[in-house]
Amino acid sequence: MKKSLFSTKTIVATGLGGALFMVLFMFVKVPSPIPETNLQIAYGISAFFGLLFGPIAGGLIAFIGHALSDFLSYGSPWWSWVVASGVAGAIGGMAYLKSKTDIEQGEFDFKSFIIWNVIANAVAWVIVAPVLDIVIYAEPVNLVFTQGIVAFIMDAIVVIVVGGALAFAYAKTKTKEGSLSKK
Amino acid sequence: MKTKLFSYSQLDTFIHRLSGLTKLICFLLLTSSVMLTFDIRIIFGIMILSIILFRIAKVEFKKVKLMFIYVFIFLITNFFLTFLFEPLYGVEIYGTCHELFRISNRYIVTLEQLFYQFTKFSKYLSVIPLGLIFFFTTNPSEFASSLNNVGVSYRACSAVSLTLRYFPDVQRDYHTISLAQQARGVEMSNKEKVLKRLKNMSNILIPLIFSTLDRVELITNAMDLRGYGKHSKRTWYSYRKLNKNDYLSITICALILLFTLYMRFFVTKSLFYNPFI
Repeated sequence: MKKSLFSTKTIVATGLGGALFMVLFMFVKVPSPIPETNLQIAYGISAFFGLLFGPIAGGLIAFIGHALSDFLSYGSPWWSWVVASGVAGAIGGMAYLKSKTDIEQGEFDFKSFIIWNVIANAVAWVIVAPVLDIVIYAEPVNLVFTQGIVAFIMDAIVVIVVGGALAFAYAKTKTKEGSLSKK
Repeated sequence: MKTKLFSYSQLDTFIHRLSGLTKLICFLLLTSSVMLTFDIRIIFGIMILSIILFRIAKVEFKKVKLMFIYVFIFLITNFFLTFLFEPLYGVEIYGTCHELFRISNRYIVTLEQLFYQFTKFSKYLSVIPLGLIFFFTTNPSEFASSLNNVGVSYRACSAVSLTLRYFPDVQRDYHTISLAQQARGVEMSNKEKVLKRLKNMSNILIPLIFSTLDRVELITNAMDLRGYGKHSKRTWYSYRKLNKNDYLSITICALILLFTLYMRFFVTKSLFYNPFI
């Protein structure tokens, strides 16, 4: 199958993925020991959709989902983290382009999924979010980097565990082309 | 769980009559002014303006009370965390040190720190009414058309409007699946340990995702059959033409932003307004 970046299907998947992201982001929070941070299952969704539909879908899902749920729960988005979410989704979605096997054929390239998502979360939470926090909100440096590193570790774990589990379950429902043979 | 969201109500106020595009532009202009400054005078000005607009838009406070409580908890946590991590950040910023009292050698309460944290507190608080006004007075279907008009690709706009459209559906599905699983004895409340809860969570997640993927297939076909995405531009059914009031509002908000920038680069000459010198 040709890998397209912005087909109708990508748009619809982005829209519905965004809705899913919002629901999970708002209602399913597993509190972590560090205040102001939660284990967000939602990032597993953006990573999984990124894997299926590409970086644009992954990035937009996280960006739209995070921005809208911030609107609904805080009145106004916390832009630095919203942008960081989008970055994480977009880089994580690179696994779609770089996978050595096709998940639509039932083979999930877990290694590239892990690599891309670890890079994605590191860039987003350790670089983008703290830097924007400092530039936009003049937050203290120590605080934002500590929060960033905590967020990186937790989100990377959530993405790999939840996103990975979903991808394996999805791959099982697909069969390889030409896998049937006539006896 | 049962939250009534997007309580957009069709009222006839000045703000409701503005087009969605105007509201989006004004929201962006005003929030950027707040983002770009640490001057408490400007922040207070915008805060007062946003409270007045909140009155004009007739947003009922009881609808947003819970949200304000959440925000306050969040801001207060942030307040204490900031002090915990950088007790002397204010001194560093403002360059002077007015000591009030000492808790320990590291934790000294200074006027500068309190001023910095108070400014930050009001900075966050002042934009909240703006976001609320925007969401409560903009028809969700007009939202996508406004986004498109400020230059966002229409494909991304369609994604946003699909998100808004399907959010309630996904929420309902989630609720149904969650109840079904609980009826089978899957514990979801905090009586269960965190790890077990994560595992139980996936019992809900997998059916939810697969039903969503089916729906993606269905909607894609429906849209493709209607020729979606054939042309590079789209028109919007809910688009409203701008009138005099729209231009007036945009101009006022743009002037506020320009004034903020002017203050920052020519008057205070830094991000921070310093009352200590």
